[in-house]
Amino acid sequence: MTRLSVDIGWRPRRKHGPGFALEIAFEALSGATILFGPSGAGKTATLRCIAGLEKPQRGRITMNGAPLSDAETGVFLPPEKRGFGVVFQEARLFPHLSVEANLLYGAPDRRSASLDEITELLGLEDLLERRTQRLSGGEAQRVAIGRALLRQPRMLLMDEPLANLDGSRKAELLPYLEALTKSAGCPILYVTHSAEEARRLGDNVIRIVDGRVAAAGGVELIGPAVAMR
Amino acid sequence: MFWRHGVIFAPMFAYLSLEEWTVLALSLRVAAIATVIALPLAFATAWALARKHFPGKAFVKGLIHLPMVLPPVVVGYLLLLAFGRRGLIGGPLYEWFGVTIAFTTTAAAVAAGVMAFPLMVRACRLSIEALDAKLEEAALTLGAGRMRVFWSVSAPLCLPGLLTAATLGFARALGEFGATIVFAANIPGETRTLPLAIYSALQQPGAEGAAARLVGLSIFAALAALTASELLERRTRHRLRGDAA
Repeated sequence: MTRLSVDIGWRPRRKHGPGFALEIAFEALSGATILFGPSGAGKTATLRCIAGLEKPQRGRITMNGAPLSDAETGVFLPPEKRGFGVVFQEARLFPHLSVEANLLYGAPDRRSASLDEITELLGLEDLLERRTQRLSGGEAQRVAIGRALLRQPRMLLMDEPLANLDGSRKAELLPYLEALTKSAGCPILYVTHSAEEARRLGDNVIRIVDGRVAAAGGVELIGPAVAMR
Repeated sequence: MFWRHGVIFAPMFAYLSLEEWTVLALSLRVAAIATVIALPLAFATAWALARKHFPGKAFVKGLIHLPMVLPPVVVGYLLLLAFGRRGLIGGPLYEWFGVTIAFTTTAAAVAAGVMAFPLMVRACRLSIEALDAKLEEAALTLGAGRMRVFWSVSAPLCLPGLLTAATLGFARALGEFGATIVFAANIPGETRTLPLAIYSALQQPGAEGAAARLVGLSIFAALAALTASELLERRTRHRLRGDAA
């Protein structure tokens, strides 16, 4: 059983916009949890705080009871020690490494047995020898997901992984994501503003508006009205 | 074109005198030492300038670029003040270790290195600033510590810039004159590099022929260094972009 609990306050160091502030509390358990809400609501900032790429000024983040970040006691685990896998909006593949080397970058052992399993799950068999520059956007993002999975994360954090892809690429990637969430090998925290993605991938939905949790529950929270704005 | 080059260069290499070989070898050695020592320092400096915020950064930046705008003779004189036997650094070096730097091959290398330093910092900085910090972030989230991120992601991606810095520095060091003649003097076989040898030949009545040969040699050496680096850099860039694969 996984339990990620978040109760933090964060504001950007250099204020962009008039005093944006994040004040957010929720829990993510096994399965897929969707952080759903309009752009600029603070979803990405929340994910970055969890990943250790931003430091919350208030509150704590714990994973199965162990603090990752605690403003009161000053505990702050650096991102490389948190054991999460992160998939960003952009694939962020290392351009000087092959696809295979990218996949294995975070793997605990060099010749990982799960490499075959994950390449199959994500349909990467034919891409392994390729240079990253020769990948399409959708392929690159699949490699990025594989790379995050191969580090054997305690939880997979995904920040709008489809947002930079066009419609057909999205359609190509969604089934892989569905397979991933349904296989339930690894809990997922998924940030998106797209109602369609949220509906197809989510077990639990947390709706975020203006840096606060507006509602938490099941997929019924995703009304068509909040889909785009 | 080719025919004319052949006429100038072929006999030159067949008939280089011992003295000319000495000058050429010394020049290459001095420039190589200067580059090898200055390059890591330049990269570290460039890293600090590009990535870190610290008080007095503008001043440090100015200080680093000073050799580019000061007359080289002034830089040589300052080096002499610092590294001379009674200098701030040279004094203790001589008294405690019996080491003299001024007027030695080491001094020629130091002068060349100091003069080439700003150029090398600049080239390194351009490559560091072009580096995508998002890739380093991704590497961190994959469990790599700062050191591993640097050696496996940042440094390889800065390699083309490092090569540029090395070549520019080397070529600049090959041509160093003003600071060298003040700080290292013009000692045959020890500090008489190509530019100094040309200067000496021009001072001597009737040695125009010798000077011309040295000029040819110096053009050839600089051109060879630049061409070699251009090829090397292009290959590295291709490898990084994956064009060659």
